[in-house]
Amino acid sequence: MLNRRDAVRRLLDDRGDMLVVAGLGQPCFDCFAAGDDPRNFYLWGAMGGAVPTGLGLALAQPDRRVMVVTGDGDALMSAGAFATVGAEAPENLAICILDNERYGETGGQVTHTARGADLALMAAAGGVRDTRTVRTEAELADAIGALRNGAGPQVAVLKVAPESEPGSLPPQDGPHLKRRFRSAALGVEDK
Amino acid sequence: MDDWRDGIFEAIKAAGVTQVAYVPDAGHSRLIERSIEDNDLRAVSLTTEEEGVALLAGAWLGGAKGVLLLQSSGVGNCINMLSLARTCAFPLVMLVTMRGEWGEFNSWQKPMGATTQGHLELCGATCYRCDRAEDVRETVESAFRFAHYTNSIAAVLLGQRLIGAKVFEEPAAC
Ligand SMILES: Cc1ncc(C[n+]2csc(CCOP(=O)(O)OP(=O)(O)O)c2C)c(N)n1
Ligand SMILES: [Mg+2]
Repeated sequence: MLNRRDAVRRLLDDRGDMLVVAGLGQPCFDCFAAGDDPRNFYLWGAMGGAVPTGLGLALAQPDRRVMVVTGDGDALMSAGAFATVGAEAPENLAICILDNERYGETGGQVTHTARGADLALMAAAGGVRDTRTVRTEAELADAIGALRNGAGPQVAVLKVAPESEPGSLPPQDGPHLKRRFRSAALGVEDK
Repeated sequence: MDDWRDGIFEAIKAAGVTQVAYVPDAGHSRLIERSIEDNDLRAVSLTTEEEGVALLAGAWLGGAKGVLLLQSSGVGNCINMLSLARTCAFPLVMLVTMRGEWGEFNSWQKPMGATTQGHLELCGATCYRCDRAEDVRETVESAFRFAHYTNSIAAVLLGQRLIGAKVFEEPAAC
C-alpha cells in the first residue's frame, strides 16, 4: 500500500502552472504538506464538491492542467459527477483519489471501497476516458505521468495506507483562499 | 412584448456568462436549448444541482462567470454545497423555476415549493421573486450585478404563474 504524503508530494513536485483543488479532510492536509501554493484551493467542507469544482475550473482554464486531489469518501458522495466529467470530457482535468477505504478524518470508519465498491470502475462507467487503480510504487510512477500529462479526463485511484498522517493544516479563510488563487492563477486582484 | 425567456438569455449574455449549469425543468427548456446552441456558452448538464454550485465556484476560480438553472425542488439538493459559495464569497446566480404553487397538480412538489425561499435565505442567498413577464429581464440583470459586485448568492424565483402551471390531460397519475 502507498503512503499518501509521499504520493502527493511526488504528484505535485515541480508542478509548473498546474492548478489544484483539494478535497476536504486529509487530502487537503496532504497537499499543504507537499508545499503550500496560492494555486491550491483547499476545501474545508462542501463534501462532494472537489470533483465538480475541478470540472468548472478545468472548463474555465482549458490550457492548464487542473488536478483534483481528494478522498474516497468525498468522491463517493459526488459519484454522479463522474458522469458529468465523462460527458464534458475536459482533456486538462485529472482526478487523484487517495483511497484509504476509510472516512479517515472522522475516525476511520470504513467506506464502501472496503466493501466492494471500485471508484475506478465507477469513473469508467461514467464515461471517464482513462481510469486506473494504483497499488504499487511502479504503478504510481506511471499514474503520476498520466495524471500530469495524459489526455484527460484522467482518474487514478491510489490505494493508500489507512493510518493518518501528522496534522498539517492549510489556511481556512475562504475569501482569502479565493482571492489568492485568482491573483496567482489569473493575475486578477479582487476588491 | 418580447418573450421573457429570451430576456433571461439576453441578460445572461450581457452579464458575461460562459458556463450554464442545469438540471432541466420545463420552465427552463427554451433557455437550455438556446444555451446549447450558443457557441460561446458551455451548457453543462448536471446529475444533481449541488454539482452546479461547486462547478460555478471552480469556474469563478478560473475567471469564468456562470449561472445555475434549477427548479424549486433542486434547491433542496444544494443546501450544504451553498456553504462553499457563502464561506468563500463566490458570486452565484441561481434562476429557480417555482413549482408547488400557482395551479400545481402534483402534491410532491409542495414541500419544496413552499419552503424554497426560506431555505435559500437561511443559506445566505438574496431572493428576488418574479411573477410578471415585464419584470424578468431587469430582475435577472440586477441579480447578476448584485452577485458579481457583492460576492454573494442571488436567486431569482420565477413564479409558477409566470411560467404557466403544468397541465396534464389525463387525471394525474404521477
Ligand atoms: C456533508 C458532510 N457529511 C459528513 C461530513 C463529515 N466528514 C468530514 S471529513 C469526512 C471523511 C472524508 O473522507 P475521505 O474523503 O475518504 O477523506 P480521508 O480523510 O479518508 O482522506 C467526513 C465524513 C462532512 N464534513 N460533510
Ligand atoms: Mg478516505
